[in-house]
Amino acid sequence: MKKSIPWILFAVFALEAAVALRPRGEKDFHFRAFGELPVLLNGRVQPLDSVARNSLLQIRSAQAVPLEGNGADGSWGEWNELRKNPKAAPFSERKWWQFSKHPRKLKPSAWLLEVMTNPDLADERPVFLVHHPELLSQLKLEEKGVENSGLRYYTFNEIRSVWPEVEKQAQQIRGIEPEAQTALQKQVAKLENALILYHRLKNSLQPEGTKDFSAQIAQFQKAITPGIAAVRAQSAGKDYDKEAFERLLGLLGPYDLMANLAYPFLVPPAQPEVSRDNWTQIGLSLMETARSGELHPAVSSFAALATAYRQGKVDEFNFAVENYRAWLTEKFVPELKKGERESFFNNYSPFYRAMLIYIVAFLLGCASWFGWSETWRRSAVYLVSLALVIHTTALLFRMFLEGRPPVTNLYSSAIFIGWGAAVLGLVLERIFRDGVGAVVASFVGFVTLIIAHNLALGGDTMEMLRAVLDTNFWLATHVTTVTLGYASTFVAGFLATIYILRGVFTRTLSEATAKALARMVYGIVCFATLFSFVGTILGGIWADQSWGRFWGWDPKENGALIIVIWNAMILHARWGGMVRERGLMNMAIFGNIVTSFSWFGVNMLGIGLHSYGFMDAAFKWLMLFVGSQVLLIALGLLPMEKWSSRQSLRAAAPVGAAVS
Amino acid sequence: MIHKLVNFFTSLRLTVVCLALAMLLVFIGTLAQVDEGLYAAQNRYFRSFLIYWTPKGATWGLPILPGGYLVGSVLIVNLIAAHIKRFTFTKKKLGIFLTHVGLIMLLIGGLLTDLFQVESHMRLTEGQAKNYSESGLQSELVFIDKSKPDADEVIAIPQSLLAQKGEIRHSRLPFTIRVKDYFVNSWPRPRAPMVETNAPQTTQGAGRQIYFDERESTAKMSDQNVPSAIIEILSEKVSEGTWAVSNWAVDESLLLFLQRKGKWSDSLLQKLSATQVVSSQGRSFEIALRPVRYYEPYSIELKQFTHDRYKGTEVPKNFASDIRLRHSLTGEDRSAHIRMNAPLRYAGKTYYQAGFDQVDPRVTILQVVRNPSRLVPYISCSVMALGLVVQFLMHLIPFAKKSAGKISGGKAQQVPPPRRTLPRTDKIAGGVAANGEAKHLEPTSTRRST
Repeated sequence: MKKSIPWILFAVFALEAAVALRPRGEKDFHFRAFGELPVLLNGRVQPLDSVARNSLLQIRSAQAVPLEGNGADGSWGEWNELRKNPKAAPFSERKWWQFSKHPRKLKPSAWLLEVMTNPDLADERPVFLVHHPELLSQLKLEEKGVENSGLRYYTFNEIRSVWPEVEKQAQQIRGIEPEAQTALQKQVAKLENALILYHRLKNSLQPEGTKDFSAQIAQFQKAITPGIAAVRAQSAGKDYDKEAFERLLGLLGPYDLMANLAYPFLVPPAQPEVSRDNWTQIGLSLMETARSGELHPAVSSFAALATAYRQGKVDEFNFAVENYRAWLTEKFVPELKKGERESFFNNYSPFYRAMLIYIVAFLLGCASWFGWSETWRRSAVYLVSLALVIHTTALLFRMFLEGRPPVTNLYSSAIFIGWGAAVLGLVLERIFRDGVGAVVASFVGFVTLIIAHNLALGGDTMEMLRAVLDTNFWLATHVTTVTLGYASTFVAGFLATIYILRGVFTRTLSEATAKALARMVYGIVCFATLFSFVGTILGGIWADQSWGRFWGWDPKENGALIIVIWNAMILHARWGGMVRERGLMNMAIFGNIVTSFSWFGVNMLGIGLHSYGFMDAAFKWLMLFVGSQVLLIALGLLPMEKWSSRQSLRAAAPVGAAVS
Repeated sequence: MIHKLVNFFTSLRLTVVCLALAMLLVFIGTLAQVDEGLYAAQNRYFRSFLIYWTPKGATWGLPILPGGYLVGSVLIVNLIAAHIKRFTFTKKKLGIFLTHVGLIMLLIGGLLTDLFQVESHMRLTEGQAKNYSESGLQSELVFIDKSKPDADEVIAIPQSLLAQKGEIRHSRLPFTIRVKDYFVNSWPRPRAPMVETNAPQTTQGAGRQIYFDERESTAKMSDQNVPSAIIEILSEKVSEGTWAVSNWAVDESLLLFLQRKGKWSDSLLQKLSATQVVSSQGRSFEIALRPVRYYEPYSIELKQFTHDRYKGTEVPKNFASDIRLRHSLTGEDRSAHIRMNAPLRYAGKTYYQAGFDQVDPRVTILQVVRNPSRLVPYISCSVMALGLVVQFLMHLIPFAKKSAGKISGGKAQQVPPPRRTLPRTDKIAGGVAANGEAKHLEPTSTRRST
C-alpha cells in the first residue's frame, strides 16, 4: 500500500488535469464559441474571451461574476431576488465555510456579451470594486453593494449617480505622477478607469440600449440611398428630401459615437491581402457603409447574434455565431485559430493548475523529513514532475501563441523563474534524493506562480512589445539567461532557508544533510554566478547595439550587476575561508533580497529606460519578503546551543562560522 | 612593512571588501538616481574617488565612502598583485585565470570608455542635412565671423566659464565679454510692453521684448536644463550694449514647444530666434548660446523617417530613418537605413535610432556615440565568459556525477566521480539516511576526474 501511494496521488492529479483538457459541451447559449471569436485590441489579435477577462480584471480584479450570495438575514439567492427583500441588505458573497453553497457564476465571455448587447441586465451585476474606506464614505456607498472579505463590489446602477463626482476627483489627480499619488487617489483613478472601460464596452458592438440591432441596420441600409441623395442636394443648394436627410443623420449619430467609444476592434480588415492589421470598429464600418452602400459581413453577423441574444433566442444566437465562424474560415483562418487557442489556454488556466499541484507537492516534501520518508518524498517528486510538465507545456504554448521567447514582461519573467527553479530543484533531487530538491522546486514554483497570478491583475499579459524590445534574438539570449540567473539565486536562497529552518526548529538536520545542503548551495551559487554574469554581459551588448553604450548605470542594469557581485562575493568569501557552512547559508539568503531588489525593486523606482511596470501594491510585499529574509538571517546567526538540531550536527566540525 | 603591504594587497579579504563596497555603491547610486538624476548620480558615486556627505548649509563635506574610481582601482591592483604572487599556471586554474584577466580588461576598458567616450545627438527633419551633432548637456557661447570667404570662423566660450560670471577676453575677439547673468536653467516669457514697468533685460536684440527667468536646475531624465546668459560687450571699456543669449533661441524642439503652447505669436517667436549680431571696431560677429557642436567632414541628410504604432495604441512598433551620407573629402555618397537595434557605424562613430518628436512626425533623433574603446568590453567579456564556462564545466561534471559524498571545501580536488546509474540502490533508507548510505556506494574503479 505504502508503495502505491505516490502513484495513486500522481494518477489522481494527472487524471484531473487530463479530463479538464476536454471542454464540456454547451447546451444553452454557446458562450465559449462566442468567446473564441477573434478581435483586435492592444495592437494584437485576441479572442473576445481575453478581452472579457482583462476587462473584468481591470473593473473587478477577478475573472468571474458570482450571481448568488447571502443576505444579511441569512437568506441565500440571486442578487435580484435578494433585493426584493428589504431585510436582506447588505449582501455578501459566499463565505469560505459555506461548503454546501455553490453560487452560479457568470463566465467572462457571457458577461462581456451581456454588457455589449443587454446593458440593462449587466447594469445589475455587482462588478465595480471599491475598497478604500475613505472613498466609500465620501461617495456614501457604505450601505450598498456586495461584500466579500472586506472588499465591496457595486453594480453600475448603484454607482451611476456618483460617476460625475468620481470624474471630477479624477480630473484633479491627472496631473500628479503615479509615484506621488496616495492610495485614495489611486483608487479614484482606478474607479474612473473602470467606469470608462465599462462605458466603452457597452458601445463596442451596438449603440447602447439598442433592442434590435439587425432591424436597425436594415432600416439604415434602406435610408442610405435617399439620404445620400438628399445630402448631396442640400450641399448643392437644391431642394432636398428633408425627411430622408434627417433619417440618415439620425441613424448615423449613434454610429459616430460608437466610433469614438468602441473598445475592441471587432471588424476584420476588408482587404486582408493588403494588411492583416487593419481591423476596424463597427461604428466606423457602418459610416463606411453609408459611403459605399456595402455592409461588412462581420457587422451583420454581430448584429444578428446581438439581436438573438437580446431576445433570448438560443438557436438563432448559436447559428449566428457558427455562421460568422464559417465566414471567418474563408480568409481569416490564422486569426480564428489564434482565438480558439488563446481562449482554450485561458479556460484551462494551466499555471493555476500547476500552482495547486506545487503546493501539495511542497507539503508532501516537508512531510518526508518527519516520517514515512520515502513514500512522501516520492509522492512529492512525482507531483512536482507533473506540475513541471504542465508548467513547461503551458510555457511553450504561450511562446507559440505570442511567437516570442519565454520572457517578454514582468509577468512572464515570474513564470520563467518558477520554471527554472523547478527544473534546478528536480535536478538536485535526482542527485541527492533527500526531498530537499523537491521542496525547493515546489516552493519556488508555487510562489512565483502566485506572483505571476497577481501581476496578471494588471491586464493583458501578452501585450505587444515596444520597438526597442522587439528583437527575438536578444529576448531569447539576454533575457532568458538573466532570468535563469535570478531563478538559480533564489534556489540557492531557499536551499539555505531549508538548512536554517530545519536546523533551528527541528532535529532533522543531520550532519550529512547539512553537508549535502552546503554542496547544493555552493553548486547553485556557481551556476547563478555564471548565468547572471553571462546574462548581464549580453544585456550590455544589446544596450551597446540599441542605445549606443555598453553600460549606462541604468537601474535594471545595476540590479543585475549587484546580483553578479553578490554571487562573486559568496564564492570569494568561501574560497578565502571567511565563511563556512552557516555563513554560506546566510549569504545565500541575503542573495534572495538582492535578487528581489533587482527583479522588482528597481521597477518601483519608476526611472530609467527599463522601467516597464510601476507597481505599488507590490512594494508592500517586497518589504515583507525582505523582512522575512532578514529574520531568517538572524535565525542563522543564533548560537549553536539554540539550534534544535545541535545534537545531530555535533558530529560535524565546529560549525560556528564567522560571517563577515 | 613591505611584507605587510604585499599581504594586504594580495589578500582575498580585500577582494571581498572591495566587492562589498562596489555592491553598496551600485545600490546607493541607483537609488540616488531618483532624486539626483542619472548624470549627477553617476558623477557622484561612480566617477569619483570619495563620496562626501555635506550637512545642510555647510560648505565642507565629510568623506564617507570610497567612490567608484577608488574601489575599481584597488580591485585592479588587488587582482594583478594576487595573480603575480600566487599564480602558478595549471590546467585546473585556467578558468579562474581567464575570468580574472577578462575582469582586469573590463575594468580598464570601463575607465577608458569613461575618459574618451563622447555622446551627442543629431536632430533632423526630413530633407534636412547636418554635418555636426550636438551635446545634450554642454552649451557654449559662440561668436561667428562670417566675413571670411571660404569658411566661417567660430570662437567658442565654454559654459563653465560663463558660470563664473565676470569678464572674459579672447585673443581673437576685439572686445571684452562681461557676463552679467548666467542661468543654468531658464524660462522665457514675453515682456508685455504696457504692463511691465521694470527695465528690459537688455539694450539689444531679443532681450528687449523677452524676459528670461531663472529656474531651478533639473536632474530628471525626462526634463532638460535650458541655459541662458545676459552678456555685455565692451570695446575699450566702452559698452556696445547688452544681449540675452539662450538655448531657447536656437533649439528647434524648444521653439516648437513654445509655438504649441499658444501664448507665443509668430512674430514674437521670430524675435526670439532672430540672429543677433555684435559689431565692434568694424567687425561683426553673430552670437549665440548653443549646445556644443561636434563637426564632421561628412554630412547626413534625412530622406525619410518612418514611425509605426500598433493599431489602436500609442505603443511604438518600429521607427527607422532613411539617410543619405555624403563625405566632402572622399566624395563618398551613399544611403543608409538606421533603425532600432540596427545602427550605422561610420568613421569611428555609431549612429543609433534614439527617438522621435512627440508632435512632428518628420523628425528623427539620432544618438551619436564616439567610443574608441568600444570593443574592449566585447573582448574582455568574451574572455571572462569563456573562463567561467571552463571553470564551471570543470566543477559541474564531477558535481553532477558525484552523488553525495565528502565536501572538499569547494576546491578542485574532487573525489573520483562515482557512476550513478542505479538509483534504486539507496531506496532502502531514503531521505536523510540516503546521504549516509551514499558514501559507501562510491565505486573505486572509475577514472579520475580532470
